[in-house]
Amino acid sequence: MERRRPPLPRFRSPLRGPWLTSVFGAVLLATLPIVIVTGLLSYVAYGPQFGQAIPGDVGLLHLPWFDWPTSPSWLYRLTQGLHVGLGMVLVPVVLAKLWSVAPKLFAWPPVRSPAQALERLSLLLLVGGILFEIVTGLLNIQYDYVFGFSFYAAHYVGAWVFLGAFVAHVALKLPHTARALRSRSLRAELRTSVADTRPEEPDPYGLVAPDPAPPTISRRGVLALVGGGSLLVAALTAGQTVGGPLRGLAVLLPRGRTTAAADGGPNDFPVNKTFAASAIDPALLAGWALELTGGPAPVRLDLATLGAQPLHTATLPIACVEGWSTVQAWTGVRLRDLATLAGVPEPASALVRSLENGPFAQATLTRAQVLHPDALLALGVNGAPLSPDHGYPARVVVPALPGVHNTKWVRAIEFRSP
Amino acid sequence: MLRRRFESLYGAGPAHLAVLLLSLALAGYASSIVAGDPLWPWMAVWFVAAVVGHDGLLSPLAAGIDAVLRRLPRARPTTVNYVRVPALGAALTFLMFLPGIIRQGEPVVRGQSGLDQGPFLGRWLLLVALMVAVSAIVYGVRRFARR
Repeated sequence: MERRRPPLPRFRSPLRGPWLTSVFGAVLLATLPIVIVTGLLSYVAYGPQFGQAIPGDVGLLHLPWFDWPTSPSWLYRLTQGLHVGLGMVLVPVVLAKLWSVAPKLFAWPPVRSPAQALERLSLLLLVGGILFEIVTGLLNIQYDYVFGFSFYAAHYVGAWVFLGAFVAHVALKLPHTARALRSRSLRAELRTSVADTRPEEPDPYGLVAPDPAPPTISRRGVLALVGGGSLLVAALTAGQTVGGPLRGLAVLLPRGRTTAAADGGPNDFPVNKTFAASAIDPALLAGWALELTGGPAPVRLDLATLGAQPLHTATLPIACVEGWSTVQAWTGVRLRDLATLAGVPEPASALVRSLENGPFAQATLTRAQVLHPDALLALGVNGAPLSPDHGYPARVVVPALPGVHNTKWVRAIEFRSP
Repeated sequence: MLRRRFESLYGAGPAHLAVLLLSLALAGYASSIVAGDPLWPWMAVWFVAAVVGHDGLLSPLAAGIDAVLRRLPRARPTTVNYVRVPALGAALTFLMFLPGIIRQGEPVVRGQSGLDQGPFLGRWLLLVALMVAVSAIVYGVRRFARR
């Protein structure tokens, strides 16, 4: 069989071996669950109980249902910032892990037993799953929908395909990983220079090169290279979530910038969908009045009347699914005061509708989201009226709510009774 | 006895089979979520293309470039790392931030953020130049120090 081996690539790096692979594997085992869980939490945060999480029907594949909390207000900022930020920081580790096991791809003969055939199929799902999630995720946070299909649906399904393969891979490999990690001392490796770098012991997995080339880099160097890659990505990503003066560090991301004006004014923070893109007829704003329904009779409040209500200011984040966020001081009328005005002081939920049309032109809020003392129909931000891009004349801002559900250009709110 | 017979036929223990069948069943069940989506074949295509693109294109390309680098005339075998590090940094950032750099999907970016993708190519080139410069300076300093 070996004699009939086709001219497949030969791998000669003296660094590949079970120990190095296990180091990368251990890092991913410790961190990927955070990316997975925060991603699944985002699905819950979108409010699947109101049919507004995408994809709509996921059968059994979801976390246990619970009402997404309103406290702490930075909850979604944290979970989604971690999901995107950590997911990106792990890209160099994933690539290093795949590099370290590259000889297995070209193992000859390709299949030795049914067990191995099944395992290779599962590895296709594992590798395909993680790469698919990375590619679709990276495209989505840069608003590149070149793939054409629904990002939400594809990313969610891809996650479960990966998760199954990941759990199986860990179950089958963990004992090997533990053994391999004990085979060398990390501390000793971190003190070993290139000149003293030797290949690992011959292994049963086919990772250690049978005919190793002389080393050009130490294991310490490879770990520094991968860690440095992760630090570079972290430096280029953190700013979009942390915001403030650090935002500008995200030089290659759309959310590393605020607005085209960049004037440092009260409305100079990242926009999620511009007024122009909303396709709202500006004429609708002139005679604008908020409509509150659900009570004995509809209530209409024009902007002057709304502004004369008791106003409350709260410092709250807008945190989006793309992982970026921005914290601003919003001023407006409490949603619970509007509920009282509408005649439904104890609503079970509230449906907020925008002047715009489209998939995110409305959002349902839970009872807790309506009644939270910081949940606002904001009329202003940082002491100024909202700009058209930020939702003038009025927008919803609710603690810990995913950004896209903080509806802008609000037209009507329907308070639903229990 | 039965177990040994199973193992000789299958190539591993029954737990191995159970774990893998469960993971494949989960993948099948998860895929059924998008079974009604007319674009599901494209999802599958992108899934497979991600693997082929990595294993069949990018990895061999990187290995090939590295092999060429290692054959370059050099003072010491580790000199190649002064090229590898900035090259890998450039490749990583190029691939991860590709849409902005090549200005793909600009109308959507403009609608979502009110901003264009104009600055990204220049910023990326500057970042690459910075990585190359730092690497060259470190190389120069180390060479000088060795004399």
